[in-house]
Amino acid sequence: MLEIEIDGKKLTVPGGSTVMDAANSIGVHIPHFCYHKKLSIAANCRMCLVQVEKAPKPLPACATPVTDGMKVFTHSDQAVTAQKGVMEFLLINHPLDCPICDQGGECQLQDLAVGYGQSGSDYAEEKRVVANKDLGPLISTDMTRCIHCSRCVRFTEEIAGFQELGMANRGEFTEVMPFIGKTVNSEISGNVIDLCPVGALTSKPFRYTARTWELSRRKSVGAHDGLGSNLIVQVKNNKVMRVLPLENEAINECWLSDRDRYSYEALNSQERLTKPMIKQGGVWQEADWQTALEYVANGLKQVVAEHGKDSVAAVASANSTVEELFTLRKLMAGLGVEAVQAFARNADFSVKTQGAKWLGQSLEELSQNEAVLIVGSTVRKEQPLLAQRLRQAVKKGMALSLVNVHGDDLLTKLAGEVIVRPDQLLEGLLQVVKAVVELKSVAAPAGIDLANVVVSDAARAIANSFEGKAKAAVLLGNIAQTSARYAEIYAAAAALAALTGAKLGVPAVAANSVGAELIGADLGGNVFAAAKKAYVFVGVEPEFDAHNGSQALAAAKQAEMVVVMSAFQSCAMDYADVLLPISPFTETSGTFVNMEGKAQSFNGVVRPLGETRPAWKVFRVLGNVLGFNGFDYNSSEEIRDEALAGDTAARLNNTLTSAVAVSAKSAQGLVRLGEVPVYQGDAIVRRAPSLQATADAALATTVRLNAATIAKLGLVDGGKAIVKQGQGSAELTVKLDAGLLDDVVRVATSHPLTRDLGEMVGAVEVLKG
Amino acid sequence: MSTNNLTTHNLLSAESLAQIDREVAKYPADQARSAVMGALRIAQVEKRYLTNDMIEFIANYLGIAPMMAYEVATFYNMYDMKPVGKHKLTVCTNLPCALSGGYTTANYLKQKLGIDFNETTADGKFTLKEGECMGACGYAPVMLVNNHSMCNHMTPEAIDKKLAELE
Ligand code: SF4
Ligand code: FES
Ligand code: FES
Repeated sequence: MLEIEIDGKKLTVPGGSTVMDAANSIGVHIPHFCYHKKLSIAANCRMCLVQVEKAPKPLPACATPVTDGMKVFTHSDQAVTAQKGVMEFLLINHPLDCPICDQGGECQLQDLAVGYGQSGSDYAEEKRVVANKDLGPLISTDMTRCIHCSRCVRFTEEIAGFQELGMANRGEFTEVMPFIGKTVNSEISGNVIDLCPVGALTSKPFRYTARTWELSRRKSVGAHDGLGSNLIVQVKNNKVMRVLPLENEAINECWLSDRDRYSYEALNSQERLTKPMIKQGGVWQEADWQTALEYVANGLKQVVAEHGKDSVAAVASANSTVEELFTLRKLMAGLGVEAVQAFARNADFSVKTQGAKWLGQSLEELSQNEAVLIVGSTVRKEQPLLAQRLRQAVKKGMALSLVNVHGDDLLTKLAGEVIVRPDQLLEGLLQVVKAVVELKSVAAPAGIDLANVVVSDAARAIANSFEGKAKAAVLLGNIAQTSARYAEIYAAAAALAALTGAKLGVPAVAANSVGAELIGADLGGNVFAAAKKAYVFVGVEPEFDAHNGSQALAAAKQAEMVVVMSAFQSCAMDYADVLLPISPFTETSGTFVNMEGKAQSFNGVVRPLGETRPAWKVFRVLGNVLGFNGFDYNSSEEIRDEALAGDTAARLNNTLTSAVAVSAKSAQGLVRLGEVPVYQGDAIVRRAPSLQATADAALATTVRLNAATIAKLGLVDGGKAIVKQGQGSAELTVKLDAGLLDDVVRVATSHPLTRDLGEMVGAVEVLKG
Repeated sequence: MSTNNLTTHNLLSAESLAQIDREVAKYPADQARSAVMGALRIAQVEKRYLTNDMIEFIANYLGIAPMMAYEVATFYNMYDMKPVGKHKLTVCTNLPCALSGGYTTANYLKQKLGIDFNETTADGKFTLKEGECMGACGYAPVMLVNNHSMCNHMTPEAIDKKLAELE
């Protein structure tokens, strides 16, 4: 520990601290621009100059290590003169266009100029002008305002993992830019907007729509992945204008994924459903809630009476709140219906665990692991901030490895990577299991047949990376979770975890997957395999949110009665009989249980649009209309307390209830690798226009194959191809993907272009288009 | 770092690539970034100047982000981002040289060659560049020929002599 005195206050700080760290620890504010606690030290803005006793000149606090007995003055004449001098220079080339700048009111330069700037400048010459850059649909630029703090550059390199932005040229000609002709395509790119201390980088969708002081700030929770990022939703005139991260070191730190940041655009979309509607004689008519709910209640009752309770299924989005899923399940139970399924993207429902599946640890504990293996995951797109967290952990020494179905770059160092065909994910994992068994010279785990498994060097590298590691984890990604062989993969992963002393973790796909399992909204298996007479869809679009979209759509179309509860009207018009407008997460109070099992409750941030109602209230009224007991809730909190009563942590358990027989199979022929694209995961993101304009969204319209497969099929990179699966086909643009194995056809699922295709992983035909 | 859009064909000769490999070998395996200056120099020696494609090629070859290589290529003025003449003349105009006749030298060259800074003579023989301190202030005014040969005390007479040699 070192002793230091700052502005007369004595304190001790750990060795290696900078003066900035020391000042922050006692709440002394030192003005700064380039310093950021999550980024490396650049010390290039010079705003943080302070006086240090015995030093001949002012020193930058952010880059000056504390020495024992140091005396620092942050507000002395010398310090303030230096700070004012720096400010004058920073303003020399700054356009001072605050009145038309989106950053106005939340600008660090503006704020500090108030404290350290002067009303005039000695500089009378012409200011420099810098051409704006096209960074894509999410980030707007006014590069003349840039003060070259390099925060955005360091973010892309250090946090996002790939330096998409850089500082070109030199001296007065320095410019921040992406590589010529490129845009910024990171899935967490929007964070540079928050980092930029001036108005050089601002939000493109938000541009010129509001001033920051007109916005109220309301807390919420991210509704698109299993992380549960904390949000500040900014609201004006009852409309969501912008979403920013709310710092929570244990979850999203100070970051936000672009999906959570920009999905709000859909909330204000023209496609919002604002009134209940009923189809009568094939014609859609608006209805009042009373009529619509009686119609639903009578309809469902009738179907159950005529065809039995197994003829009805409710399918809900796993981004629905605990309160919604709980009241839905209770309502269905009242009708005698058991099938309430929030996991329609899954294909194998035979995994039975002792509790709800979860990450197996907290996110912070995950970062502490010394070795982590992820099985079947496009991590960066599935859980953007989890990928970021792992990237930082790798820098601190974590050995991260993958058993995966493609070679997508995680933008971090890997200890090992086994790439297999999508129908061979289990076999890839078994290689690692066998490598560990051989390494440790132990018997193969019970129930797992390793006889035909050939161990690759990569699998051995992964096995080695677990050797001697006290803290380790095996995680099952979305591709593993939605696999038709999930149970076998799960059992193999559990066995591997047992062999290596690792924790088995299941990062939740959706905002409330863990909550859905806790409540038991995972019943009924594949509710589309044998079509039902009636469906209740809550926030799901069967053609996009089911494992096999065409099968789900066909089932919905043939049903006698389809109740669609959604915030949007579009697609359901074909097959629904009644449409009920329900609140998206911003218009209702509720709770999500994130992947680490943490329940986070939030309030609605705006009033429901039009006649939209929170789904839990709809279920409450339906329960009453149907005369069921126990639907007299006064608030969502009452529902939550009932739904999550007792110690929920004790109900999280990844241990299998019974053994699963696992054995390797071989596979050949063209096989589809179907993933849910990053901006197609739920009804909200699918309708966010800026996200749909990203490079990631464009990638989802392609069929990706490796060079050998392109050649074998007579295709051309950039040309067209027709992909056939089952009865359906899709015409897509061919794109080379060097990370795929031979015969793998990577075609997005949950996408309008591919809705006629079948299951995520299965045999396909590919013809030249 | 595996990237899906590696430039597939080589933009450089086998000899240049071998030289780059030697540069890379000077640094630890995960520090290929350190070889970027050498790699850009080798490419420029072969091709006379650097295109964006070449910068991207080198970045991919070293496994670094193209922007990292672009930053370096645009920062140092010995890298040429545009075609240059047969002889590139770089005159130092930093303070010590400026005080000892750097601008006189530059102006004499401009007038003699009939070009301004960053221009090339019509016959493609000479390109004139403004340079930063070359660490030879004591011998000012200083001029660099083709990045490799340093000429001291470049008075008009010395310039005439040098240009004649370069004819
Ligand atoms: S654009 Fe903003 S964050 Fe990036 S260097 Fe300039 S001022 Fe800093
Ligand atoms: S904050 Fe210290 S130099 Fe920028
Ligand atoms: S100033 Fe010209 S060489 Fe130093």
